[in-house]
Amino acid sequence: MNVPDETPVVAPGYDSGSVTRKITDVVLARPLGRGWLAGFAFAFALLMLLNFAIGWLLIRGVGIWGINIPVAWGFAIVNFVWWIGIGHAGTFISAILLLLHQDWRTSINRFAEAMTLFAVACAGLFPLLHLGRPWVFYWLLPYPDTMGLWPQWRSPLVWDVFAVSTYATVSLMFWYVGLIPDLATMRDRSAPRPLQFIYGVMALGWRGSARHWKRFKMAYLLLAGLATPLVLSVHSVVSLDFAVAIVPGWHSTIFPPYFVAGAIFSGFAMVLTLLIPVRKAYGLQDFITIRHLENCAKIMLATGLMVAHGYITEMFMSWYSDDKFDIYMTLNRMFGPYAPAWWLLMFCNVLVPQALWFKSIRTNPAILFVLALLVNVGMWTERYVIVVTSLHRDFMPSAWGIYHPTRWDWMTLIGSFGLFLSLLFLFLRLLPAISITEMSKLVRDKKESRQQ
Amino acid sequence: MNQNLYGMMAEFEQPEELLNAARAAHQAGYREMDAYSPFPVEGAAEAIGFERTRVPLVVLIGGITGAGVAYGMQYYSAIWDYPLNIGGRPLHSWPSFIPITFELTVLFAAVAAVFGMLLMNGLPKPYHPVFNVPAFKLASQTRFFLCLQASDPQFGDKTKHFLTSLNPIAVHEVES
Repeated sequence: MNVPDETPVVAPGYDSGSVTRKITDVVLARPLGRGWLAGFAFAFALLMLLNFAIGWLLIRGVGIWGINIPVAWGFAIVNFVWWIGIGHAGTFISAILLLLHQDWRTSINRFAEAMTLFAVACAGLFPLLHLGRPWVFYWLLPYPDTMGLWPQWRSPLVWDVFAVSTYATVSLMFWYVGLIPDLATMRDRSAPRPLQFIYGVMALGWRGSARHWKRFKMAYLLLAGLATPLVLSVHSVVSLDFAVAIVPGWHSTIFPPYFVAGAIFSGFAMVLTLLIPVRKAYGLQDFITIRHLENCAKIMLATGLMVAHGYITEMFMSWYSDDKFDIYMTLNRMFGPYAPAWWLLMFCNVLVPQALWFKSIRTNPAILFVLALLVNVGMWTERYVIVVTSLHRDFMPSAWGIYHPTRWDWMTLIGSFGLFLSLLFLFLRLLPAISITEMSKLVRDKKESRQQ
Repeated sequence: MNQNLYGMMAEFEQPEELLNAARAAHQAGYREMDAYSPFPVEGAAEAIGFERTRVPLVVLIGGITGAGVAYGMQYYSAIWDYPLNIGGRPLHSWPSFIPITFELTVLFAAVAAVFGMLLMNGLPKPYHPVFNVPAFKLASQTRFFLCLQASDPQFGDKTKHFLTSLNPIAVHEVES
């Protein structure tokens, strides 16, 4: 039954020289286009919206948001979980698929890693802003303070600080190490002296020595090995922020695996949302082929089914527990004041991905793009439902309440897209978006295996 | 012979030619040499006599340090420095110390991997004699280079002849 897949990972007719030229030319030879300028201007405007929203927040405090008791965790936590989940796909692609020898990952791993970094940057903003006094964020860290206090090691919120900051640091290092040889290529291919200088400094004097390559490969492999359990741990720890609390709808042992699956699901949805327009705009269809899109779609389908299984298990367990608060929570999600959000998330995350069973849909970029967007919306809504519906009606009806996001909540969410997209536009313009060294090697290995 | 010579460099088109040349040079008794390629060439490091890398050892040490630091910090603070009774749980409630221990193990090991690799490679190094060869620009793109260094006792007037006998595209003098 082992039928080889006919769609190639790289379009035929490329050698390592033309691969190098094609990737570096996107940055070095392509003139500053109107499309890029318009896109960047749009993203930058949204970033300024974020600045505005944060500025007012710092002046007035978190009271400008819709949060209150009982719903003290509003958009900030929803956005945090959503963004950090998106950040999982990059490390999944670059580390786990590297260890599994999936050579199709080569042309999308750099881009996905960059996406991870920028998503983690957006994610990191929200808990900091939610602190109320972000300027004393360092109270979260173990440092010698005058009162001799330490963080509470038994609290998942403290674990989260360590998990997210480790994840951000390791992702950054993984991305940069992979970039070093490519920065050397950029240095050697750029004509203007200042560019040579800047890329040269960033390449750290890389010269491709065989000794260096051996250590480099070993370090890269070990980083991938370290990043693999790390990526699974991060969203597990995020889920424990909820699961350790006794609130109905949060207190559940299924949360860690269910959150990790959801993170990879939403991450691949975001990868597709970004890759489909980018490969078209930059004419990279030869490197990012239908095969890549289809493989991403397959992973989306698989993780989507895991997420659906998580939903079903949650509902089953609340019935099976015979706990009246848990049963009420489930019914309240389906038919309570936030019912539209629950039905929307079921539509986007359970129903829509079933279309991916069909090859004709998996290989159609336009439809995939729409599907991926819907999944992004669905996964955001999922976190909204988990955070808000669980908190707004817990045990005592006298303590119930309703949460409404304010315009500042919306501005901060929309503004965070500005941060994400601005960084992404700059990345596409300034750095090779596809790994040059890995692509050259891939093209050469393919040619050798054809000749044999 | 030129006194300011760092070495002689042969330029090749294919990675296999580089591998053969490196092996031939090693056979001819050259030890001080290096091979340069735009992507890792399987076997190139071994061909120039570089068999083992200590990167894994450094990463292991980093990981063990991270684990020790993390668990030690939590143990010291929760049991000795500021004991707090939280809901009657034991002070040494080790299962809740595991997540941070895990995260810092990974963090320290990853930092050790990156900085260990860079330091052992002698990077950052903004200047290196091989960059004096104009054609070396291609070492990060399409060409493969073997450089025999003047510091090798075998190095001499015959070196150029030896490199030419390997059928390279060109042989370059590398000024130091």
